[in-house]
Amino acid sequence: MQKRVVFRSRWLPYALVAPQIAITLVFFFWPSYQALESSFFLEDAFGFSRDWVGLRNYEALFNDPSYLRSFKTTLIFGFSVAFLAMALSLGLAVAANRVIRAATTYRTLLIWPYAVAPALAGVIWYFLMNPSLGIVAYWLGEVGIDWNHYVNGDQALLMVIVAAAWKQVSYNFLFFLAGLQSIPKSLIEAAAIDRAGPVRRFWSITFPLLTPTTFFLLVVNLVYAFFDTFSLIHATTEGGPADATSILVFKVYATGFVGQDYGGSAAQSVILMALVIAMTFIQFRYVERKVNY
Amino acid sequence: MVENRPFLTFLTHAALILGVTFLCFPVWMALVASTHGPDALARSPIPLWFGDQGWQNYSQLLTIGLPEAGGVPLGRMMLNSLIMALAITIGKIAISIISAYAIVYFRFPFRMGFFWMIFVTLMLPVEVRILPTFDVVTKLGMLNSYAGLTIPLIASATATFLFRQFFLTVPDELVEAARIDRAGPVRFFLDILLPMSRTNIAALFIILFIYGWNQYLWPLIVTTEEDLYTIVMGIQRMTNSGEALPVWHFIMGTAMLALIPPVLVVVAMQKLFVKGLVDSEK
Repeated sequence: MQKRVVFRSRWLPYALVAPQIAITLVFFFWPSYQALESSFFLEDAFGFSRDWVGLRNYEALFNDPSYLRSFKTTLIFGFSVAFLAMALSLGLAVAANRVIRAATTYRTLLIWPYAVAPALAGVIWYFLMNPSLGIVAYWLGEVGIDWNHYVNGDQALLMVIVAAAWKQVSYNFLFFLAGLQSIPKSLIEAAAIDRAGPVRRFWSITFPLLTPTTFFLLVVNLVYAFFDTFSLIHATTEGGPADATSILVFKVYATGFVGQDYGGSAAQSVILMALVIAMTFIQFRYVERKVNY
Repeated sequence: MVENRPFLTFLTHAALILGVTFLCFPVWMALVASTHGPDALARSPIPLWFGDQGWQNYSQLLTIGLPEAGGVPLGRMMLNSLIMALAITIGKIAISIISAYAIVYFRFPFRMGFFWMIFVTLMLPVEVRILPTFDVVTKLGMLNSYAGLTIPLIASATATFLFRQFFLTVPDELVEAARIDRAGPVRFFLDILLPMSRTNIAALFIILFIYGWNQYLWPLIVTTEEDLYTIVMGIQRMTNSGEALPVWHFIMGTAMLALIPPVLVVVAMQKLFVKGLVDSEK
């Protein structure tokens, strides 16, 4: 945790942590405290008056069918994105780990989407699936699927899931590849000598040994899908049609900035913050466990 | 490879080529669409190969911009994105390397308190507490300024943790040697620790640059003056430009201009990028 040999100074360490602490206090603790505080008040839209309402904002949230629906949408969205992005990238990582020829070329071609902003990934897929001129929508039409995400909520949700997963594949790929490369070759060779085929070797040796990586990526992917995809949804469907793609982090924004309901938005912020801190904690426990390996 | 199975090798390459196609195809289509005029994109199916309007489209975007989206030249937006990304990156690295240095190399009251205060912010994205943070920035009068655009995003724990982990692996003997030579803490930091951290700083720089360049919601709500628009948020004004039909060839051109700089950084500095990514998630 700390060095055996340290420097001594009465003021220097405080001066060194000061900028970081100041910014954290002003732009993290102060807003968080405000969110917590105003979640207990009912404020009119002009900010002239506010009344203490206790837990009523939270009560209203959990009695609001659209908020509960948003919870469900978020879970479906999050787990679909995580599953799709992880399954695809695991397959690609296993393949990339096997090739010798052109390995670097493949890697380069597979990792660049990491740098594409979620908003841009969304807009590009929005274009590909546009019902009147998108090429993917056209192909789907050729095979008899009538694609229109402006009207069909399920299709809109599917579109944002694909766009969000598309962007995340590169990230997962790199971590799976690193995980695969750390598995000792001798284990796989021993299994091959015992006449276990490639499929058997994967499911009984490789996949179990990847469990720490998989778990780590699951948490990271869920955090990504729950929170970082805000821009993807905002730039494309804007939560619609009829709230079909309105995930929780989008709802915080919509309730506060569009609906002008500060108390409700603050209560949602508090719930989301609790969720993030819980996930950070899970991640931290995992990191600690990994050290003991 | 454990054993030679030609069919499996074939399957492996097929899977990889399919994956590459899935990842590259959308951006290929965006690139193709950005070189056509509006007529070619008016009827389905749209062309799969380049048109001849590329030069015209891009020069209009870069110098004049789109009237539907406020008419800001995209060159200006890209400059704003660059300023924002660099300010966030340099700011984050600077404040976190010194706070990590204090936490590792000094023993002082409230050391662990500070450590935990930074740690709590680890994964909390600004989107989650957007309204109160906006409130605070309004109260401080930082709307519509580069300061408001960047400073609130500089607070982040990831970089502090990375540097802390790295400092813990630096041998104690170096400090002892420095102290025997009567070097103080500032001297030790500047002449020994900072040069040793070069690779870590470079790797982190890439990750944070991409993070800064790709910011979306924060610039969207903090800037109302068109001079401060960044390119990633600028695209939103085009897709949702009211009643007018979206001008897809310009939108895709904007998307290309917005994604090329960070993608180039990743591809050109692949090794450092991979190191930065893997390190910062440990």
